[in-house]
Amino acid sequence: MTPATALCLFFVFLVPLAPAGLALINTGLGRSRSAAHAMLASLSVMAVAAIVYFVCGFAWQGSAGGPAQSLQVAGKQWSWIAAEPMFLRGRALDGSSASLAVLLQMLSVGLAALIPLGSGADRWRLGASCASAALLAGWTYPLFAHWVWGGGWLAQLGVNYGLGHGFLDAGGASCIQALGGLTALAMTWILGPRRGKYMAQGIPAAIPGHDAVVVMFACFLALLGWLGLNAAGAMLFTGAEPGRVVLIAVNTTLSAAAGVLATLAITGVRFGKPDVSLCANGWVGGLVASSAACAFVMPAAAVAIGLVAGALVTLTVAYIEWPLSIDDPSGAISVHAAGGLWGVLALGIFARFPDSIPGQWLAQLIGIATLLGCVLPLTYALNWVLNRFYAQRVAPEGERQGMDLYELGAGAYPEFVTHNEEFTQP
Amino acid sequence: MKLLGLLLLAAGWIITLAAVVLLKTTLERSVFVMSGIGVEVLGLVLAVRAHQPPKGERG
Repeated sequence: MTPATALCLFFVFLVPLAPAGLALINTGLGRSRSAAHAMLASLSVMAVAAIVYFVCGFAWQGSAGGPAQSLQVAGKQWSWIAAEPMFLRGRALDGSSASLAVLLQMLSVGLAALIPLGSGADRWRLGASCASAALLAGWTYPLFAHWVWGGGWLAQLGVNYGLGHGFLDAGGASCIQALGGLTALAMTWILGPRRGKYMAQGIPAAIPGHDAVVVMFACFLALLGWLGLNAAGAMLFTGAEPGRVVLIAVNTTLSAAAGVLATLAITGVRFGKPDVSLCANGWVGGLVASSAACAFVMPAAAVAIGLVAGALVTLTVAYIEWPLSIDDPSGAISVHAAGGLWGVLALGIFARFPDSIPGQWLAQLIGIATLLGCVLPLTYALNWVLNRFYAQRVAPEGERQGMDLYELGAGAYPEFVTHNEEFTQP
Repeated sequence: MKLLGLLLLAAGWIITLAAVVLLKTTLERSVFVMSGIGVEVLGLVLAVRAHQPPKGERG
């Protein structure tokens, strides 16, 4: 194993901290009566995603230069799906860069599958969330990730049509974050809002998260996870030299910092005091937006990317809740879909390459159009069909009791007793 | 409305793909790619509105 591969392996080992952070954020922003369910669902979804990706996901995603199905369009090859053997057959898991990419993908697909869980909190059945994760890990993610990271047609836009270096995404702002965020949007449409979230006139009721400390701690975990994700992704998928990892880490940190400061400022001005849950979302939004361009921009640009991401997340969280009436308890649509799409576009705006081939921003726009026009309808259709055969939303009784008692038979905090009278009486 | 919104999303993507394949200059491609994204935004707006619960029956 070369020193570069060992360094990359170290970064890949940091990646599980990103789903750990997201799982804690989703849980902390949900109700206490669904906390155990949220954590178990996170673990189960990661497990299902890893197994399904092993069975067929990697076979359809593949790697650049590997066997693939292509269409001949106006004299150009459009690689649209890989044709690797299933069950990772023939793939040497020997510490090479190619094998590290498999490991990173297996963790990444779990992260993508975890994102919608926050949006479906307090009403998404455990079995249905696992089935939905299987669809994502077995079809949606591999298809789009092949186009971006597996030598597919988006990656080839530069070679085939002279559009910059083709669609670029170092750390997964599109493949992981935007894909997961758009799946979260599809799930909120299919599941509908939580009971009691919207009053008769459509005014949303505030349903605060139950543990702000866990949410903020999860932000620190997420930073470590994203450092690994961005550095390993840049090395494995864009050929970044080991010397660039410092720049990548600086950019990732700066983007998160700018994201949370933008949120602090906006919520401070808007509400008079900073909002804890929105600040957590601003931090993660900065991380999400940093992913695409972390290896290609200077630190000042990373700050700008984070500032816009923080502002975007803060404003879209409020707009999505009302007037759009989309009940997204964790803010996953704003953080991962809006933040991810902004990160992809930001690469086209801020990235600087030594050879300066024009058209990079257009390649990035085509990637965004693909996410909105192909991935969103696809993930919606798959989950809509699943919902026809296996209802995704829990019964009204389950929502009333809480997901812990209804689906697991026990709560997360059995010794937790609330004394409402002590808090409400003077 | 839901179906129309989703169809518009897909139609916007197809416009984008057609622009890449059929057009030659960066300017032409840019205009058509942005038009495609415009159609997608329209589809997204329709899909969002179609999924809004009717007033009085929310939650």
